[in-house]
Amino acid sequence: MNWEAITSKFDRVRTGETDLQKKIRGLRRRLTLLLAVVGPGLITSNVDNDAGGISVYTQAGAQYGYALLWSLIPMTIALYVTEEMCARMGVVTGKGLSDLIREEFGFRSTFFVMITGFFVDLANVVAEFAGVAASMQIFGVSKYIAVPLAAMLVWVLVIRGTYRQVEVIFLFACILYLSYVFSAFLAKPDWLMAAKETVIPNLHLESGYLLMLTGLVGTTIAPWQFFYLQASFVEKKVGPRQYPQARADVLFGSISCMVIVFFIIVCTAATLYVSGHREITDAAQAAQALIPLAGKGAGILFAFGLLNASLFAASILPLSTAHVICEGLGFEAGLDHKFKEAPIFYWLYTILIVVGAGVVLLPHAPLWKILIFSQVGNGIWLPVVVIFILLLVNRRELMGEYVNTMTFNIVAWVTAIAMIALTLVLTYTALFQQSVPPPP
Amino acid sequence: MDLYATELMGARTYDVAGNYVGRVREFFIEPAEAPNRVSHYLLSRGHFQPLVAKHDQVASVAAGKMELSVGERALELYQPNESWLAVQKDLLDQQIIDTRGRKVVRVNDVDLTPFRTNGNVELRLTQVDVGLPGAVRRLLQGVVPSKVVRKLQSKLPQSAIRWEFVNLVEPDPMRRVKLRITHEKLEDLHPADLAEIMEDLSAAERQGIIASLDEETAAAVLAELDERLTTQIVEKMDPEKAADILEEMAPDAAADLLADLSKETSEELLDEMPGQEADEVRELLEFDPATAGGMMNPDFVSVGETSTREEVLDWMRGEELNFDQLDTIVLLDGSAEFSGTVPVARLLLAAADQRMTELKMEPLLSVPANADDKEVFELFDKYNLRMLTVIDKDNRPIGAITVDDVVSKLVKG
Repeated sequence: MNWEAITSKFDRVRTGETDLQKKIRGLRRRLTLLLAVVGPGLITSNVDNDAGGISVYTQAGAQYGYALLWSLIPMTIALYVTEEMCARMGVVTGKGLSDLIREEFGFRSTFFVMITGFFVDLANVVAEFAGVAASMQIFGVSKYIAVPLAAMLVWVLVIRGTYRQVEVIFLFACILYLSYVFSAFLAKPDWLMAAKETVIPNLHLESGYLLMLTGLVGTTIAPWQFFYLQASFVEKKVGPRQYPQARADVLFGSISCMVIVFFIIVCTAATLYVSGHREITDAAQAAQALIPLAGKGAGILFAFGLLNASLFAASILPLSTAHVICEGLGFEAGLDHKFKEAPIFYWLYTILIVVGAGVVLLPHAPLWKILIFSQVGNGIWLPVVVIFILLLVNRRELMGEYVNTMTFNIVAWVTAIAMIALTLVLTYTALFQQSVPPPP
Repeated sequence: MDLYATELMGARTYDVAGNYVGRVREFFIEPAEAPNRVSHYLLSRGHFQPLVAKHDQVASVAAGKMELSVGERALELYQPNESWLAVQKDLLDQQIIDTRGRKVVRVNDVDLTPFRTNGNVELRLTQVDVGLPGAVRRLLQGVVPSKVVRKLQSKLPQSAIRWEFVNLVEPDPMRRVKLRITHEKLEDLHPADLAEIMEDLSAAERQGIIASLDEETAAAVLAELDERLTTQIVEKMDPEKAADILEEMAPDAAADLLADLSKETSEELLDEMPGQEADEVRELLEFDPATAGGMMNPDFVSVGETSTREEVLDWMRGEELNFDQLDTIVLLDGSAEFSGTVPVARLLLAAADQRMTELKMEPLLSVPANADDKEVFELFDKYNLRMLTVIDKDNRPIGAITVDDVVSKLVKG
């Protein structure tokens, strides 16, 4: 007796569904679609607010009060425009940025982009671990305990966790940035003034102010994030059909990143600037100075934010760097390989963490110089990367109908040129004036 | 001695009279003529139009220098040709599939072996270099003397793939035909390996490979591929071809795939499929994926409980069943209701006239179609099942869940 022969005689069970149930299912489906894509943009933009970034925002608020807030809106646009191009390339081609550079521009260009990237990222990793050390000092923990512990934590998280678990932890870290929102409220700022300064541009033609502005742009838009963003979309297997969701993710990420910057600046402006503590040079000092001004809670939240940001970036940077370099140069990469199969990948990853954390532990480590080097490095590397992105995203044989439109190209090139000009200024001053930016 | 593509690029070229002609900027293979012979060399001459030297016009080749066996006048002007494989443009820095190592790798350099024929020198492409030596050459060639580079690379671990095991990935179907790229070697790989390879390629390349595979292989690969990629591929495919592939898939796999597509696309594909297969899939689509009904396969083997072993075997020989996957048979009673299951091993050892009902497995297990998937997992775990029958409200079997359905559901979480 064959089943197929008798099957037609029976009525099959149907799962009865009411209209409401169908509606809920439709809604749930749409939400799942969005959630399946969300992550890369949000994480990338937020991880951008790393130790170096927070230091600069702190100084901006302490030295100029609310006067720099207006720059956040153009910066959001710049961040969105550049990140969106990478997201689009990842979604359309299904390849990472380093892969594309390699295929379109050959081995040598890729090699130099990668080798520069390695040293710049290494300096950035040092800066992150320095951030861990500084924030833990506020909680009374010696850096000799905090930094090795943090390095180990980063190692375990990445080696033991799956991509999905890690992403959930990272998304949680994004939420922890809200500690800056709370510390800003505790600082009781002049909200009306802050709102006004945000929407009305207020450009001072004064060198200190301009340098601070440059510093803001330079730290907010870091070149390595483009590689990370594109790779994350590829890793998540987001395809062209989900491009609208991917774009929403990038937009939301850019805005949320800038909202956090807003609160950091507002917090320090309301306290340090108002009370005349304008000589602050880093975020840990700011946290300490906040305690007498806005209460212990505000200071601790501020320090906690710094710790979170530093750890967050320290987890992403070494892994992303090792991945990008190996992929571009054609070596096996990824945590699903054993050490023997991908030795270069694991060596790079280990060197980045060990050296990054090790430098911070040296008794007389020139941390200030390394921080400057990381900013200068970002500044030199950024123009190269952005130009590669613009060239690639306009190649029709690569992007098909998804090449930049004329309008988008104009916006993108203007953004790129402005960013490049500003970072070159930053690089110049960092190199020749030994302080970024100089105290007024 | 072998030569590397990197060493040949930029080589100064002289004609038979010793006059300088130009530099080698690119060279080509014409797969339609010979699968690995360098057939044409592109010689650039600054502002002048580039010339082409044919393989039978070359007298000697060495790193950085090439001598022709003819005068400059015998050379033709360069015309781009789609059916030539350009080593620099199409091969260097691109991804290829290593069919023996079953992975995707990036080409760093290409090894060429010179052969002497009728007073000329032919270069044959022997292997592609995917390791450190090639990388070092690409970086240092032209900056450091060739000899130094060669010495340096000899100390590095080699990693090369023989040309026979190289499968090029060309997304453009017209060009693929012209270049004689087939994916026969890929069809010999296990579908799961091929699926893993495809995940490392770009969207266009994946599309190209699926399009050139036969439907059976394509179906097997799509079933193994990450579902996010599967939907992308199927959406871009010609609906007729997609329907042909879906037809080859197990109905539960096809239903899973269609469930991820938009309503219009999935309806369009179902309309293209033959009636019976489409109906099976349609019915499966009615079930929530998180229930027993959503996990089951409606194709299962069922026989009457009163039949003997011999009758069952006779019947099975006449049917086209998937014997690789078959390990349990479902029994039906006189009114076509579910009466139990028999593992194939018991059937194997039974006497010829033994009735199926005597071979029944205890305890008698089945699950309703709307049961939660967690319940299914628990049953499999508790009773160490390999197969579980799904029944409707009248106790009639409508499908079967096998252990591989459970594993893939658990892995996907």
